Amino acid sequence: MTLNIKLAAPLLSNPDGISSNGDYAIEARQLHVYYGDFLAVKDVELDIEIRKITALIGPSGCGKSTVLRAFNRMNDLIPIARTEGEVLFHGQNIYTPGIDPVEVRKHIGMVFQKPNPFPKSIYENIAWGARINGFKGRKSDMDNLVESALRGAALWDEVKDKLQQSGLSLSGGQQQRLCIARAIAVKPDIILMDEPASSLDPISTLKIEELMRDLKSEYTIIIVTHNMQQAARVSDFTAFFTLNEQRAGFLMEYGPTNELFLNPKEKITEDYITGRFG
Amino acid sequence: MSPTDDPQTEARPEKNRDSSIMLDRFQFSSNLARRHRLGRIWLVLLRFSTLVGILALTALIASIINDSFGYAAIQYKVDPNSLTAQGTPLSELSCEELIPILEENLSTNRFRQLISEKPLAQWSQEECYETVLAEVAKPKILETWSLVYSLRYKDLLKVYTEQKYPGSELVFKTWLNRDFIDSPQSSDPLLAGIRTAILGSLFVIAIVIVVAFPIGIAAAIYLEEYATPNRINGIIQTNINNLAGVPSIIYGMLGLTFFVRILEPLTSGSVFGYSDPTTANGRTILAAGLTLALLILPVIIINSQEAIRAVPGSLREASYGMGATRWQTVWHHVLPYALPGILTGTILSVSRAFGETAPLVVVGASTFVRFDPDSIFSKFTTIPIQIYQWTARPQDAYKNIAAAAIIVLLLLLLTLNATAIFLRNRFSRRLV
Repeated sequence: MTLNIKLAAPLLSNPDGISSNGDYAIEARQLHVYYGDFLAVKDVELDIEIRKITALIGPSGCGKSTVLRAFNRMNDLIPIARTEGEVLFHGQNIYTPGIDPVEVRKHIGMVFQKPNPFPKSIYENIAWGARINGFKGRKSDMDNLVESALRGAALWDEVKDKLQQSGLSLSGGQQQRLCIARAIAVKPDIILMDEPASSLDPISTLKIEELMRDLKSEYTIIIVTHNMQQAARVSDFTAFFTLNEQRAGFLMEYGPTNELFLNPKEKITEDYITGRFG
Repeated sequence: MSPTDDPQTEARPEKNRDSSIMLDRFQFSSNLARRHRLGRIWLVLLRFSTLVGILALTALIASIINDSFGYAAIQYKVDPNSLTAQGTPLSELSCEELIPILEENLSTNRFRQLISEKPLAQWSQEECYETVLAEVAKPKILETWSLVYSLRYKDLLKVYTEQKYPGSELVFKTWLNRDFIDSPQSSDPLLAGIRTAILGSLFVIAIVIVVAFPIGIAAAIYLEEYATPNRINGIIQTNINNLAGVPSIIYGMLGLTFFVRILEPLTSGSVFGYSDPTTANGRTILAAGLTLALLILPVIIINSQEAIRAVPGSLREASYGMGATRWQTVWHHVLPYALPGILTGTILSVSRAFGETAPLVVVGASTFVRFDPDSIFSKFTTIPIQIYQWTARPQDAYKNIAAAAIIVLLLLLLTLNATAIFLRNRFSRRLV
């Protein structure tokens, strides 16, 4: 069974059509994640808007990264992790038995906390993903794809003369943008970012944030961040997670970023975003 | 909200005062000098350990070299120069000229025996010459001396030999010479060479690499990347770890039962229509190679597992995050990253197999092979086997050729390792 990509494909060509119908990129329904017997994330209900940036914030251990990784079944790679509930990707549950997680991850790409380019050339870092995902085309098409992806990640001008150099020879910020370029090269619908700027200096962080704003026009972005200013600066929607007495994470409050930051409904949210704890 | 409204912030200064009072009660003595002294003592110990290692290695090499060169007293039964009429040296005669000499001087029985080993038409000039030398001239080593002794008591030795062995020659022998490397096995230490053993070793090690390397890596990949941590896999893992510590002679017995006896049709090559009257029922290069491959397989698996485990998880995540399958992740990222580490382990294991003796004795290495192995179904001997047999002989000269063979073994090992390390380094450079 493969994902129903037909639903997703028109979205790219017709951006307003479906989002105005109130459809969402991802809908989490009663999402529970366990690590062995430990309930890490409890009963998350979350609707992610299409072509918007949604930030997941909250104190350490509240399960925001776990939720993010549940969105493209990266938790499957952890043997003891178990997921219950539904994650609907354009209406289709990606946890339905028979859905191939590999297929899911092609549509829902990921950028990680620590820049992790492949130990290959800059060119290969991008071409590889396209190639394994069945890229059809000649060498010149691939060259164009690499250039578009690098331009899309605002990295082209910095690396166009050294495409054959190792991806690891770049600076941390450039490496992270290379990872973003790599992610967009396989044409995903959604990009998940797990604290993408936490290991970068402020200037590189700024570049990543600018890039996210640019990418918003074509991709749905979900970002996990510890940096409240970052969430406030870049995101359209913010989900605040916290944990209960059993240390299980849950979604406390979710809403448009402006509302959540200026007028939080919950006391705990207010305490957190004003820096009173966490 | 002012800070005082928060009960937590109120409690904090109180707590701090408490802990500072607590800490004031503790005293620290200045022990920096003692710590440095301790460090220096350890450094001396570490240097001493390294020194012991270097000394042991030096002693080994010195003793081998000491035995590989030196004077030897040699006596011929028939002077080789008297065999040829025209006065041309024996070594320059052709086979056609040499064979009559053989026929003339040997008993019919012995001559027939030689022919039955290998038809005359197939003999090379070298083989003809060496046979004449060994069978007719029959040089005999009466006594040998080590290098140090030879250099120190050179004049004394001359007098001693003349008195004790009249009619003998005192020659300075370089036991490790071109002839030694180039000649086949012989019953005479003067003529014995190590070519058959070198070829045997190379053949066997080629089989070991071809068999153990892919299987070892494949098993390691399965155990690290695919196997879920359950009981059965736990048992498999434990057993592999234990197998790595099983004495090599046990593997020899396994090889004898399984490869030589049970799989005899395969290892003797009869399944493939290969029949050689001289092969000894499955005691072939193939059987030896498979036995040694089995011997080093657990070590290769464990080493490869370590190398695969050292691949950063972030690399795997990156690959999966791109929509790669497990196999694509393994093949394109995990393996290339782990390969230098895997190769390091493999090099060490193959070196071990190269020097293994005991299992091959059990599997049935031939004690005496005069002719080069021509296929994996040939009888075999290896350098360590040869060394073992030579050191077991009572005569002086065998000790010398054993020493020479050890040098050959060490040089070959160094060459193999250097090649492998060179390849590995080239590979890891390409990665970064």
